[in-house]
Amino acid sequence: RARAGAWAAAARVAQGRRRVEGAGRSPSPVARSQRAALYVHWPYCEKRCSYCNFNKYIPRGVDEAAMRSCLVTEAQTLLRLSGVQRVESVFFGGGTPSLASPHTVAAVLEAVAQTAHLPADSEVTLEVNPTSAPASRLAAFGAAGVNRLSIGLQSLDDTELQLLGRTHSASDALQTLAEARRLFPGRVSVDLMLGLPAQQVGPWLWQLEELLRRCDDHVSLYQLSLERGTALFTRVQRGALPAPDPERAAEMYQEGRALLREAGFRQYEVSNFARHGALSTHNWTYWQCGQYIGVGPGAHGRFVPQGAGGLAREARIQTLEPDNWMKEVKLFGHGTRKRVSLGELELLEEVLAMGLRTDVGITHQHWQQFEPQLTLGDVFGASEEVNRLLEQGLLLLDHRGLRCSWEGLAVLDSLLLTLLPRLQEAWQQKTPSPVPGG
Amino acid sequence: MRILAGRGWWRGRALAAWATGAADRALPWAPGARTGGAAGDSWALDRLCSSAARKEKVDMSRFPVENIRNFSIIAHVDHGKSTLADRLLELTGTIDKTKNNKQVLDKLQVERERGITVKAQTASLFYNCEGKQYLLNLIDTPGHVDFSYEVSRSLSACQGVLLVVDANEGIQAQTVANFFLAFEAQLSVIPVINKIDLKNADPERVVKQIEKVFDIPSDECIKISAKLGTNVESVLQAVIERIPPPKVHRNSPLRALVFDSTFDQYRGVIANVALFDGVVSKGDKIVSAHTQKTYEVNEVGVLNPNEQPTHKLYAGQVGYLIAGMKDVTEAQIGDTLYLHKQPVEPLPGFKSAKPMVFAGMYPVDQSEYNNLKSAIEKLTLNDSSVTVHRDSSLALGAGWRLGFLGLLHMEVFNQRLEQEYNASVILTTPTVPYKAVLSSAKLIKEYREKEITIINPAQFPDKSKVTEYLEPVVLGTIITPDEFTGKIMMLCQARRAVQKNMVFIDQNRVMLKYLLPLNEIVVDFYDSLKSLSSGYASFDYEDAGYQTAELVKMDILLNGNIVEELVTIVHKDKAQTVGKAICERLKDSLPRQLFEIAIQAAIGSKIIARETVKAYRKNVLAKCYGGDITRKMKLLKRQAEGKKKLRKVGNIEVPKDAFIKVLKTQTDK
Repeated sequence: RARAGAWAAAARVAQGRRRVEGAGRSPSPVARSQRAALYVHWPYCEKRCSYCNFNKYIPRGVDEAAMRSCLVTEAQTLLRLSGVQRVESVFFGGGTPSLASPHTVAAVLEAVAQTAHLPADSEVTLEVNPTSAPASRLAAFGAAGVNRLSIGLQSLDDTELQLLGRTHSASDALQTLAEARRLFPGRVSVDLMLGLPAQQVGPWLWQLEELLRRCDDHVSLYQLSLERGTALFTRVQRGALPAPDPERAAEMYQEGRALLREAGFRQYEVSNFARHGALSTHNWTYWQCGQYIGVGPGAHGRFVPQGAGGLAREARIQTLEPDNWMKEVKLFGHGTRKRVSLGELELLEEVLAMGLRTDVGITHQHWQQFEPQLTLGDVFGASEEVNRLLEQGLLLLDHRGLRCSWEGLAVLDSLLLTLLPRLQEAWQQKTPSPVPGG
Repeated sequence: MRILAGRGWWRGRALAAWATGAADRALPWAPGARTGGAAGDSWALDRLCSSAARKEKVDMSRFPVENIRNFSIIAHVDHGKSTLADRLLELTGTIDKTKNNKQVLDKLQVERERGITVKAQTASLFYNCEGKQYLLNLIDTPGHVDFSYEVSRSLSACQGVLLVVDANEGIQAQTVANFFLAFEAQLSVIPVINKIDLKNADPERVVKQIEKVFDIPSDECIKISAKLGTNVESVLQAVIERIPPPKVHRNSPLRALVFDSTFDQYRGVIANVALFDGVVSKGDKIVSAHTQKTYEVNEVGVLNPNEQPTHKLYAGQVGYLIAGMKDVTEAQIGDTLYLHKQPVEPLPGFKSAKPMVFAGMYPVDQSEYNNLKSAIEKLTLNDSSVTVHRDSSLALGAGWRLGFLGLLHMEVFNQRLEQEYNASVILTTPTVPYKAVLSSAKLIKEYREKEITIINPAQFPDKSKVTEYLEPVVLGTIITPDEFTGKIMMLCQARRAVQKNMVFIDQNRVMLKYLLPLNEIVVDFYDSLKSLSSGYASFDYEDAGYQTAELVKMDILLNGNIVEELVTIVHKDKAQTVGKAICERLKDSLPRQLFEIAIQAAIGSKIIARETVKAYRKNVLAKCYGGDITRKMKLLKRQAEGKKKLRKVGNIEVPKDAFIKVLKTQTDK
C-alpha cells in the first residue's frame, strides 16, 4: 500500500474545491516566469491501442523503483534548472499512468513539493484507464495526492472499443466513472471519441446522451485522427476498414457541442467542455502559453532555464526510449535530448495558435504580456484577408481581444493559415527599436 | 542516357579503329565498356572486330546499278519486321550469327521495349548470288503512322518493299496503311507471311486476305519464320528477282535525297542519303536545296549498319554523308543535295515536318527547369520534327509547348526524356491545331492572313469575327474481328466519325474506314478501341486535311472567375461532356475552403456544367497539448508557406495538383 507523503497529507486537509472561473484563475502573486505546470510521462501500457501513436511501450516487466527514482531525479533537476518557485498543476499522463503504483505518484509529488512550492490546492490530474483502476486503487491515488482524474473512456459501444484496441468494455468504463465520481466529486473528466470508421451520427449522439447522464463536470470530445504507423491506419490503408468520413465527423462535432451546451457545459477549448467551472488548469496553461516542465521519457517542456542563467524560453524534449532516458537521468540528472530556443516571433505564433483554441481567445491583456509594442489591432486590424474572416463571422476582434466565433472554432486551422502569415508580416514590418547614437 | 553513351562510345571506338588501321586489330577492347551496355553494344563489338578485318575502304564502284536493290520492310507492330531484318543481316554476313541479334536495328530502349521502330536505320548488305556480287540496301522505316512522312521519304529511296504480315494475326490496320504508301510510290510489293511456326498460324487465310485487300496473287506470298530462319533465303532471292534496280544516271550531276539524319556530338550531323544521280566523294562541295547552304563533304560511306567509310558513293547507292552540318534542321528529311555550282531540280515531295499534336510540358519542380531544358535540347538534336516553343502557365510555371507528329511520337518523346534523361515532367492533355477563317477586316490586317492556325486557346477568335472554324481530320483504318464491329461503330459515332467504307477482308474480319476529327482520337481513342475489342482491333490513320467544325471556347469558372489555364476549345456537341468531366475532376482535387466553391463550365454566358465544393465544416486539430505544440506549429507554418505559393482565382486558392489533375493526360498506365 502506498504511503502518502507529507505533502499529500497536507493537501488533503487543505483540499477545498478550487474552481476556475472566467478566463483562468486570478493572477497569482508570483510572476509568470516563476510559475510552471509540470507534466509527468509514464511510458508504459498493457496493450497497444489501434489508434495511438504516442510514445509508449509494452514492457515485459517494469523496474518501477528505478523508474520512480529517475522521475523524481529529473523533476528535481528540471525544476531547479527552470528556477520555478511555484508549481500550479501536475499532470500524470502516458502511456497508462494508472498502471504506476500510487507510491510512485506520491514520490514525484513529494519531490516537487520539496524543490518548489506546490500549493495544497494545486490541480493534480491522473490519466486513468478503466481496467487498471479498481476503486481501491483510485482511493490510493487520492491518498498519494491526486485530486483530479481523466478517464480514457473513448466509447460506450463495445464493438467500437474493440476496434480501438481498448482493454475495457463500456460497462467497465461506466463503473470506473461512477467510482471516480464518488472518490473525486466534481473532479472527474471523461474522453469520448468521434469520427471512427463506419461510426454513424445518430448512435454516437446516443452515446453522448448516455454519457451526459453519467458524467461529472468535465468532458473532452476528440475526433479520431488516423496516424501513420498505427494499426488502424494500416487497416484503413489496406481497405479492410472504411476511411473515417470527415463530413460525418464534422456533424458529430457540431451536434455534440450543441448538446453539451444545452446540458450547461461551457466549451472552453476546441475539444474540452466543463460546467460549474471545472476547467482543467493544467491544460489551460498550455493554451495560454504558460511555462511547463516535462518530466519522463519523451516529455515536452517549454520554459526559461533561469536557474542556468537562460533568458529565452526553450522548447525541450526528453529522450524517448525509457531505458535510454533512465541511463541519461542516472548520469546527468535529466534526459533532455533536444533544446530549441524559441524566438520572440515563434512564441507569439504559439500564443496565437494556442490562445485561439480557447473560448476567450486572446485578450488584449494576455497579448500584451507577450508583445508590448504591437497591439492585436496593429497586427490584424488592417488586413483585408483577416477582415474577410471577421465579415464571415468566423473571427471576432473587439474590445476584449481576438477570438473565434462558435463557427470559427471548428475551422480554426484554416483561420490560422491566414492569421499566422499576417503576424509574420506585421512582425517583419515592426520598426526596430531606435538605436541610441547613430 | 545509357543508350546514347553506348552509341557515343561505339562511334568513338570505331573511328579510332579506322584511323589507326589494321595494326590495332588485336587490341583488346576495354572489357569495362561492355558491361551494362544494351544488347546492341555487344553486337556492335562483334561488328567492330569483323569490320576492322575488312582493312580497306570499300570501293563502291564495284557495284554497278543493275546489281543494286533498294528496299524497305514494312509491317504492323510486332509482325516481325526487326527479326526479319536481323536474319537478313546474318544471312548476308553483315553481322555474325549469335543469339544476341535481337532487333539489331532498333537501338533505342523505347524501341526494344515497345517493339516499335522510331528511328529509321539503314544497312547495306553484300550478297553473292549466282556469281554476282549484289548490294542490297535495306532501308528500315519508322513503323508508325505518326512518321508517315519519314516513311514516305524512306520509301522514295526504294524500288520495292517486303510487306510482312503475321500468319496468326493477319492483315492489320497498319499493314493496310503501309501497303498503300508503297503502292502510291509505285514500288514492287513482296508479301512475306511471317511466324508460320506458331501453333495458331494460318498462312492460307492470310494469303487470301492479301489477295482480297491488296489484289496480289496468292503465289507471290513467301511464307517464312524469321525467328527460326525458315525460308528467309528465298526472301533475298525475291528481292533480287522481283525488285528492279534503281533508275539512275551516274554521269549526271549529283542529286541525293536526304531520307534521315542523326546527330553525333563529335562529328555533327550524319545525313543518310540515297543517290539518284551522279557521284559524291570526300572533299566535294555540296549545297542543300532547301537551305541553300554550302558544305564540304568530310566523309562518305555505307551503313552496315554502322558507318563504314567508302571512297565514293555512286548513283543508285544508299549511305551516309558527313559535311559539317551542326544541326539536324540543316539536313531535313526530304531535302535534296547537289554539287556546288551544279544545281539540279530538287526531288519532289519535300515538306517541313508539321506537328499535329501539341502538349504543354512542364518540370514537376521548377528547380528542374534547366535540366529539363537541356534534356529537351539534346533530344531534339536528333529529332527535328518536334517543335518547341517556350510557354508559361500561372499554375505550372515555366515550360514549353511542344508540337509532335502524332500521339505515339509524343509518348515516345516523353518516355525517352524519362528513360534517357531521368526527367520527370507534367505533360498536359494534347490538343490539335485548329484553324479559323477570319471575316473581320481588322483581324485579317492584324494577322496578315485570312486563315489562321490556333494552337493556344487564348488566341481563339470570337465567332463574330470568323466565317468558319476548321479542325484537322484523319482517315482512320480499323481492322477487327466482326464480333466487335457494333461496339466499334458506336465508339466511332460517339467520336463524331463519318464512316467511309466497310469491307470484309475474310470470313470474319472487317476493315472499317472512318473520317475522324483528330481531336477525337488524341486522348484515349486507341485505348478505348483496344479495350472494347479485347485487344483484337487495330487502328491506323492518315492525315486528311481540315474540315469545317462548330468550335466553341469553353471557360471554367470558380465562383464566377475564369481560370485562364483551363480555357478549352471544344466542338459544340462535346462541350457539355468535356465541361462536366473537367468540373468533376476539379471537384475531386480542389481542397475545401472556408466558403462554398461553385465550379462551372461556360460557353460565353451560358453555364453548361456545374459542381460544388462545400465549405469546410471542421478543420481543427482535436488534441493539442504540451507535446503536440511543436508538431502542430510546424505543420501550420508549412501549410501557411504552401498557401502563399498557391494560385489564386478570385479568393479561391488552387493548388498546383488540382491543375495537374485536370490538365494532365488522363491515360496514366
